[in-house]
Amino acid sequence: MNAMVETQNIRMMQGNEAVAEGALAAGCRFYAGYPISPSSEIAEILSARLPRFGGRFIQMEDEIGSVAAIIGASLTGAKSMTATSGPGFSLMQENLGYASLAEIPIVIVNVMRVGPSTGMPTSPSQGDVMQARWGTHGDHPVVALAPSSVKESFQLTVEAFNISEELRVPVILLLDEVIGHMREKVLLPDPGSLRVSERKKASGPREGLLPYKPDADGVPPMALFGQGHRCHVTGLYHDERGFASSSPANASALIRRLHDKIEMAKDRITITQGVGLDDAEVVVVAYGSTARASLRAVKDAREKGIKAGLLKLMTIWPFPAERVKAALGPKVKHVIVPEMNLGQLVGEVERAVYGAAPVTPVSKVSGHLFQPVEVLRVIEDAVADRVGFTNRRGG
Amino acid sequence: MITVTGTRSNLHVEVRLAGTGGQGQVLGSIILAEAAGIHEGYTVVQTQDYGPESRGGASKAEVVISSDDEVDYPKVTIPDLLVAMSQDAFNKYCGDVKKGGAVLVDASWVKDTSKPCPGKVYSLPITEIAREQVGKTLAANVVALGAVVGVLDIISYDSMEKAVLARVPRGTEDLNRKALRAGYEAVRQLVEGSKLHRETEVHT
Repeated sequence: MNAMVETQNIRMMQGNEAVAEGALAAGCRFYAGYPISPSSEIAEILSARLPRFGGRFIQMEDEIGSVAAIIGASLTGAKSMTATSGPGFSLMQENLGYASLAEIPIVIVNVMRVGPSTGMPTSPSQGDVMQARWGTHGDHPVVALAPSSVKESFQLTVEAFNISEELRVPVILLLDEVIGHMREKVLLPDPGSLRVSERKKASGPREGLLPYKPDADGVPPMALFGQGHRCHVTGLYHDERGFASSSPANASALIRRLHDKIEMAKDRITITQGVGLDDAEVVVVAYGSTARASLRAVKDAREKGIKAGLLKLMTIWPFPAERVKAALGPKVKHVIVPEMNLGQLVGEVERAVYGAAPVTPVSKVSGHLFQPVEVLRVIEDAVADRVGFTNRRGG
Repeated sequence: MITVTGTRSNLHVEVRLAGTGGQGQVLGSIILAEAAGIHEGYTVVQTQDYGPESRGGASKAEVVISSDDEVDYPKVTIPDLLVAMSQDAFNKYCGDVKKGGAVLVDASWVKDTSKPCPGKVYSLPITEIAREQVGKTLAANVVALGAVVGVLDIISYDSMEKAVLARVPRGTEDLNRKALRAGYEAVRQLVEGSKLHRETEVHT
């Protein structure tokens, strides 16, 4: 690539814009949504860009209809997405469960703002981490990714589509307002260099097809509407024919398979990044914009001679417990989990650490991003053994 | 003149633009980031902080400019340069400014600059310049950017002009060129000494 072309690809881009561009690069050709701060730029950009790629954009009456529409579009074979924020994400939960049980690939972006309710529409939060995990009812599995930069917003959007296609699952992309609205200089990858996955499609004769019969990876090839095979899609527990069944053996096998197909792929879909973990006495576990404040805090701590490290989580569901365990070196004395909530993912970290070191949550719920010094102070307290299991107030 | 520590290969500059919603802080910060990032080749992050109102209410936008490949923390902690376009913004943020840094004040709105500030205060009637010399109050943010070029010795006038012209609506190029020049000239009269050459290492 010559210098000229490279310069042309360098752009100042917003996190939300990177999500829209990532979606297009991943092959998204259908968007239905209802604009809401701080996610609206995604809808705005895709309303202009999708038609140029032969795609379709619909502004829906609400968020319930938005997920219903992308489910329908996905059933015809189109890679589909919507984007929202907390209040809209709440409305999406019922149909999210439908997509989970009926195994329909969709991508839902939630740019988190302060809640509950209308909350503070333009202020950042990480309050929807557990809503992403358990917002829809039933014992469902879930995949959720959380970028911490504009570049990662692009990469993880592509990854969200790939995972949803490969595993036939809804994938949730959790940004926070800081990441959604921040602009960074990015060099977009050449579209040809991206790994883009497509769902497996049903083949063979039309008669006798079992559209919900899984392959060895736990994922059934998809019979698409309007492409020859007959398929019945339902939110009821169903057998391999796709018709309702409440037989105990079938029910147990179905929900276990939905979990197993993700569990089998877990290592592949788990994305984390470690900084300075080898000799770390204090390990900070963070995601989203909080990981940026934490990285600075870890660097500042190192300058003060404190052996601190960072484990940045980009996959947050399924929770990467194995990566957390692996991040704990022989010298680890403390684990610190800063979040812009009153302690959500920290419970999972505690479960993974399982007493190997004290785990200290640090909360910031003022509608502002952590300042690095707020994390640094807890790191300093940790090495001086001044912290325990109590929640630290970051503001 | 702001005293930037480090050289072109070892530089970290934080700029905060603050005022009232509608004055164009966010667009101003995007243009500043593009001038530094696209045209000067630095690594940049731009963030913003505003309320649900589209006009009125406090508005703040920030740019972090670095010669490193990555900027870890995206927000401003200790601004090298604060552009205060309202009295509230001045009162709230002037104390945060780095020692040896600078505050660019829109004297059209900021009447009282008595609050202690670790940086040098340059008082300039930015909005009045926009109204009287450019003919459009709306251009106050571009006047401010002209003044930013005059005090911040890391972005060339050409780079800033290119960045402005790439972002403003078609048909307003001449008006915005005029606004940028007016802000630059006005601040140059305030700044003592000559503008340090860009490649020169600057000491605190």
